[in-house]
Amino acid sequence: MPLKKPSPGALVLGLIPFVGMCFSVALWDRVDPIILGIPFNIVWLLGWMAISSLCLWAAYRVETKPDKKDERAP
Amino acid sequence: MSPSAVALTTIFAIVAMGSAIGFLAGVHRKMDLEQWTVGGRGFGPLLMYLLMAGETYTTFSFLGASGWAYSRGGPTLYILAYITLTFVVSFFILPQLWEVARQHRLQTQSDFFQLRYGNKYLASLVSLAGVAFLIPYFQLQLTGLGIIVSISSFDGIGRTSAMVISVVVLTAFVLTGGVRAVAWVSVLKDLLMVFAALAVGIGIPYIQFGGIRPMFAALLKAHPAHLTMPGATTNLGHTWFVSTVLLTSLGGCMWPHVCGASFTAKNGDTLRRNYVIMPLYSISLAFVFFAGFTAVLVAPGLANGDLSLLTVARQSFPAWFLGVIGGAGALTAMVPASILVLTAATLFAKNLCRPLFAPSLTDHQVGRLSRLMVVVLSIVSLYLAIYSSSTLVSLLLLGYAGVTQFFPGMVLGLYWKRVSTIGVFAGLIAGLTLVAVLMLSNQDPFHGWSAGFVALCVNLTVTVALSLVFVSEPRASASAF
Repeated sequence: MPLKKPSPGALVLGLIPFVGMCFSVALWDRVDPIILGIPFNIVWLLGWMAISSLCLWAAYRVETKPDKKDERAP
Repeated sequence: MSPSAVALTTIFAIVAMGSAIGFLAGVHRKMDLEQWTVGGRGFGPLLMYLLMAGETYTTFSFLGASGWAYSRGGPTLYILAYITLTFVVSFFILPQLWEVARQHRLQTQSDFFQLRYGNKYLASLVSLAGVAFLIPYFQLQLTGLGIIVSISSFDGIGRTSAMVISVVVLTAFVLTGGVRAVAWVSVLKDLLMVFAALAVGIGIPYIQFGGIRPMFAALLKAHPAHLTMPGATTNLGHTWFVSTVLLTSLGGCMWPHVCGASFTAKNGDTLRRNYVIMPLYSISLAFVFFAGFTAVLVAPGLANGDLSLLTVARQSFPAWFLGVIGGAGALTAMVPASILVLTAATLFAKNLCRPLFAPSLTDHQVGRLSRLMVVVLSIVSLYLAIYSSSTLVSLLLLGYAGVTQFFPGMVLGLYWKRVSTIGVFAGLIAGLTLVAVLMLSNQDPFHGWSAGFVALCVNLTVTVALSLVFVSEPRASASAF
């Protein structure tokens, strides 16, 4: 059975957290504005942890949908 | 009772409870090699989740993260980014690896290299490097246990005796239970750990400063540059951040024990669903940082930042509650330590000794040899932990620099037909050599870049270039790729 590679759509969804949390560090690594008493860079990362879960959830939907069609196909 | 007796009794009770759960999980199961290493490949979503979470929250993320928050400041934020991105990378690699593992009944990461590249020397090198780089990770957990016991005893018990006691308990636990025991102890461990993280992250700033907001305000007034990169360091800036986050997030699922844990899943979807949830779960980690930041002002001048969380907890809470935090911390070291030593021992026996020196060993004998290796590796790591003074984070970064060198061989092996044995072999040797040279000559970071990441780039280039030049002979067992 050939290995099923991740679909391009799912890969793009996986790239989003890398842009938000890694490559863009110079843009968000600062203290101000302080939000709810917490410095901005920490708030930014916490926010992106939640967004990353959302991205993976979307990627999960993309990855599992075609699977079912494959199984039904003759 | 004296405060140290109260704290130590509480820790002991928690560890005993954890061990009891572990022993019970191991009873009444036939412990063959498959059951001991991959739990019979039958872990559903819940057990799987527990095992994964169990591997995420280690002493590193508890004492190490707060330690770096204390001693380095801003650069410690790399931990939040890398833990999250590790799950993103794992999402695209481990379910596929699981599929291959199921079809060919693989038990370890090296089994995959043997299957894909058909070269026992390459597979043995992967095993050897795997064992070698698991040792600093294991050593880190022992060091953490030593810190916990010695601080909770109000310095009454030395770190060395604390580590010796811990190793004995740990070894007994791994030998009887195998991977299933470890997964079940994670239930208690993770409940306590999330509770402890919230307690120290909210409670300590509240007790010392009246809340998180005034704590940060006071910290920024006293040390305005501490919370951004490079923080209290001179060389851990944004380049270091990006290269280290890439190194560690790509390497996160290259750990032999992470591959091993993924094989315990019932199916690939179980794994995917786990990775969806894990970043949300990891948010609780941020609270551990708050405790470290509080310690900057409350407990300045500690020789070793790794002591900061417990030192400030000892100043803030009554002894029994210090015991609860210490107990959570102790389980948080013991659960991953068990997985690490179990993986290293199995790799050594099954993927290094058997193929190279004793091909006639039966599975049963390999199982016995693995158990012996659990004892040997524990003693080696104990020795290293007693005589080394590295911080917890630098130990982990050393391990990552090493295991991430498996990335080209694993990922190209899964997704690129053309990748050849000679390419992967040469790339891996180049990467590992460069890591050894740069790390041993203290050149990490290398011109601002993480040394392990530089080595990974060289490794990948060599692998791809040689694969394009030399075409591998087609092999029967590689037909699945």
